[in-house]
Amino acid sequence: MNTDTIAAIATAVSNAGISIIRISGNDAFSIIDKIYRVKSELEFLKQRQFLSNDADDQQDQYLTGRKKISECESHTIHYGYIVDKDAIIDEVMVLLMRGPRSYTKEDVVEVHCHGGIIVTKKILEVILKYGARIAEPGEFTKRAFLNGRIDLSQAEAVIDIINAKNEYALKNSVNQLKGNILEKVKEIRDNIIYDLAFIESALDDPEHISLDNFSEDLYLHVQNNLEVLDKLLKSAHNGRLLKEGIKTVILGKPNAGKSSLLNILVGSERAIVTDIAGTTRDTLEETIQLGNISLNIIDTAGIRKTDDYVEKIGVERAKSSALDADLIIYVVDASTELDENDNEIINLIQDRKSIVLLNKSDLTNVINSDYIKELTGKDVISVSAKENIGIDILEQWVSDMFFQGKLSFNDEVYITSIRQKKAIEDGIQSLIMVKQSIEDGMPEDFYSIDMMHAYEVLGSIVGEAVDEDLVNTIFREFCMGK
Amino acid sequence: MAYIYESYDVVVVGAGHAGCEAALACARLSLNTLVLTISMDSIALMPCNPNIGGTSKGHLVREIDALGGEMGKNIDKTYIQSKMLNISKGPAVHSLRAQADKQEYSRTMRKVLENTNNLTLKQAEVVEILAEDHKVVGIKTYSGAIYPCKAVILCTGTYLKARCVYGDVSNYTGPNGLQAANYLTDSLKSLGIEMYRFKTGTPARIDKRSIDFSKMEEQFGDEDIVPFSFTNTAEDIKKEQVSCWLTYTNEETHRIINENIDRSPLYCGDIKGTGPRYCPSIEDKVVKFADKNRHQVFIEPEGNYTNEMYVGGMSSSLPEDVQYQMYRSVAGLENAKIIRNAYAIEYDCINPMQLKPTLEFKNVEGLFSGGQFNGSSGYEEAAAQGLMAGINASMKLLGKEQVVLDRSEAYIGVLIDDLVTKETREPYRMMTSRAEYRLILRQDNADLRLSKIGHRVGLIDNERYEKLMEKEVQMEEEIKRLENTLIGANAEVQALLEQYGSNILKTGTTLAELIRRPELTYEMLAPMDKDRVELPKSVIEQVNIYIKYEGYIQRQMRQVDQFKKMEGKLIPEDLDYTQVPSLRIEAKQKLNQIRPRSVGQASRISGVSPADISVLLVYLEHFKHSKNN
Repeated sequence: MNTDTIAAIATAVSNAGISIIRISGNDAFSIIDKIYRVKSELEFLKQRQFLSNDADDQQDQYLTGRKKISECESHTIHYGYIVDKDAIIDEVMVLLMRGPRSYTKEDVVEVHCHGGIIVTKKILEVILKYGARIAEPGEFTKRAFLNGRIDLSQAEAVIDIINAKNEYALKNSVNQLKGNILEKVKEIRDNIIYDLAFIESALDDPEHISLDNFSEDLYLHVQNNLEVLDKLLKSAHNGRLLKEGIKTVILGKPNAGKSSLLNILVGSERAIVTDIAGTTRDTLEETIQLGNISLNIIDTAGIRKTDDYVEKIGVERAKSSALDADLIIYVVDASTELDENDNEIINLIQDRKSIVLLNKSDLTNVINSDYIKELTGKDVISVSAKENIGIDILEQWVSDMFFQGKLSFNDEVYITSIRQKKAIEDGIQSLIMVKQSIEDGMPEDFYSIDMMHAYEVLGSIVGEAVDEDLVNTIFREFCMGK
Repeated sequence: MAYIYESYDVVVVGAGHAGCEAALACARLSLNTLVLTISMDSIALMPCNPNIGGTSKGHLVREIDALGGEMGKNIDKTYIQSKMLNISKGPAVHSLRAQADKQEYSRTMRKVLENTNNLTLKQAEVVEILAEDHKVVGIKTYSGAIYPCKAVILCTGTYLKARCVYGDVSNYTGPNGLQAANYLTDSLKSLGIEMYRFKTGTPARIDKRSIDFSKMEEQFGDEDIVPFSFTNTAEDIKKEQVSCWLTYTNEETHRIINENIDRSPLYCGDIKGTGPRYCPSIEDKVVKFADKNRHQVFIEPEGNYTNEMYVGGMSSSLPEDVQYQMYRSVAGLENAKIIRNAYAIEYDCINPMQLKPTLEFKNVEGLFSGGQFNGSSGYEEAAAQGLMAGINASMKLLGKEQVVLDRSEAYIGVLIDDLVTKETREPYRMMTSRAEYRLILRQDNADLRLSKIGHRVGLIDNERYEKLMEKEVQMEEEIKRLENTLIGANAEVQALLEQYGSNILKTGTTLAELIRRPELTYEMLAPMDKDRVELPKSVIEQVNIYIKYEGYIQRQMRQVDQFKKMEGKLIPEDLDYTQVPSLRIEAKQKLNQIRPRSVGQASRISGVSPADISVLLVYLEHFKHSKNN
């Protein structure tokens, strides 16, 4: 039977309230031992200044003799903190269930934390860091079934869950990646497989292909790949890897100030801003952090009746992204009268979660806030994108809506993001091992294993399997044979 | 007229490298075995390169030997040069290769076959496999003689509907002008077996007296040789070695090829069979790698009693007149006399996905096959499969457990798993890069990995088995001793370390720690290791490798543990995949076609996704429960 330890967020990631992270498997208890501290332990460690960055072993040493949480009785709940070395992540309740008296019949630990995506995600990441792997879709149920916990008649239901979720993950994990990230990962993989194929062709045909001095070149290649991966990992920390967050669409007639608003939110000149109506012809996307909430913002071409072919496509796209958005921000130009374009938008947002931003409030107002509120039935905030006025109110509004559970989004994206981050970390680890082996003067056949591993894990990010890549590259790139 | 001739337990069709191993295994396991060959003069023939072993192929030969096969012993008797390749790389890719005296090799193997009990040799062409209810009952020869039998092992090599081609000349013969087998393919097709058509090729042979060796680099054998067989020591087989020679093609050679490329049957479309990518013809190399202005050419003797020299690196199917110019453009071959022309050969073989990992056909019980017939290439790949087919046919008839080596146990396991699981659309050659667990699949430890299995089967005798057990104990004890022997930082130790350019000690350490240093070895530390007892060379080698690369080996072992879990989940042979809910259609089709033995094998089938495997696991558990209830 499977003995590795899996973890996942068991509740929907979106709402406020309580989130539960569940761990199941042989190491569930030893993992929680490493990351759970009660208040007195924290104070104890703090007094002795053992909360420094790499005081892992010392912490353990210092805490010997104290009762570990894993030594507590099964089916008890404990109050304390989740920590990652010196960093306190959150105040939590931890529920222990020793196998076989648990859902999966394995050792199970549940961490109940204060909801909120960032904290929940962070706790999951810490758990993964200390040895669990992220659960496949439906895997807890699968284990419950395989361990004889649930009824046979449920088998088919389990299969359906696995299938539906996997299909979703497969379809979306690549789609959710931003284009340039995809390119970068692919490029690194291409570099790795080329070097690997060169090594392998030389190992298989030493009389034709020589590896003399190659390790120096390889060292530089690995170094370069590592630098790029490190950057990717940093963007992953900032949530920049995936189009994650609340899918937000900015609508408004041409030149209402949508792009200026986006630029303020993003903090850079992202969209092209001009005074000519119809400049944003494409749909731009950006993930931004508004307070504690991630918004995946889609800036759209202004909606207006148009004959310009290119612009028409942009307008159609704007309408269709509005249809599957979690939140619509409707930007109204306060300095001009509403027209037929506005009417179309007001229709479009009727039954959707949306907010109206009355822009250009710094100029002479033709439209006032009450009028538009009555017309749309939505909350209205007066802003000036140009002068950066009112953005803080928008931030508060989004945050309130979210924590009241009135705004939510598809949490699969978060799972994907954690998976992909883990994959990048694994890739980095493997390449570091390659570097280490080169430094130690190991022969090439030793580090090729780690190169292959890096190639594999990075493949999982871009949705590519390994299959015959290596052998094919060898034959394509290098002249072998008798 | 058809008539019954004689009955046997097993009939082996063909006496090449696969057929010889298959027949010897069966006969040695006390089965009454008949070997039918088209020509008694072509037993264990080497129609192409005059060597055995090489990268990854050398591993196969060591494994064959560890399981009780013959190839390693035969090349040890008949080699004329021996070399360990990749010696500057890690121990996992050290590969043994020996030049063979081809005629001696063939003659010596024939002698072994002729003197093995229970083994009958006969010259005849098999034209039909007789089967009833998808079960083998015998074979029929061209003369109409029927040999009833319980199992058949097909090792027909490149002989089925063989055609040899160069330029516009083509002959319907097997290699070296030997008679082709033109009828068996149709019989196999009527049994529902899917056939492929593959091609391969060989270079010209040149008269030694016409070669100017002064323009070439001499390639010597190793001074310290390693035998292929674990039963031999270096002293047992030491002999005077002959040299090979290295020269190069040049721009003139490439010009001749490019100007005549339209006359190559490969390029004008006359050859339809699929050729191997790893040993391309010289015209392929020149066309595909146009940026290279020279290619290596190895001139290798075909034996001690012939002047024929093999021109390694220049296989071709260009017309005779072009070959003449082409070979003569190479440095040292200006006056070359060509004894045999280069040619390409096309032949029928099977889609090996029709086989179980035991090498028995899924749809014809008792029918086994091995070698080039299974879509592989190379003498060593053939011999390995022949041995496994022989072992498994015997186990089946004896009612004992069959042997399926997995990818973590042997290169043989990788070879057969690839053949029966992955779609091979070209002749399959073993490569070290195909073995994902190669750090533990070394040529030096093949005996430790496999001889226990050989003993269980009955091909390794008790004496050899006991020696192996002793070796294991010695290794274990020595490793333990080295891990526990403390070395102080005294003057003698420091002096020795300095002598080898190794950092001096700051505090005490163990012998094992010192061996882990890249610049030190077990042997070097002898002066500071006062309690050392003398151990056999093979034990020292293992101890050294184990201690030096322990971290890597341990990591690989953990990967193997993961792999074994899925490999151990066997799938019932009668599982109907169309009844498994939620499997994707492509997966259903592939799984129904290949009928994998284990979930591990299923996961390696292209077109079967990880989600399909999850579904399959759940279903299998369901299946198991409902059977129990």
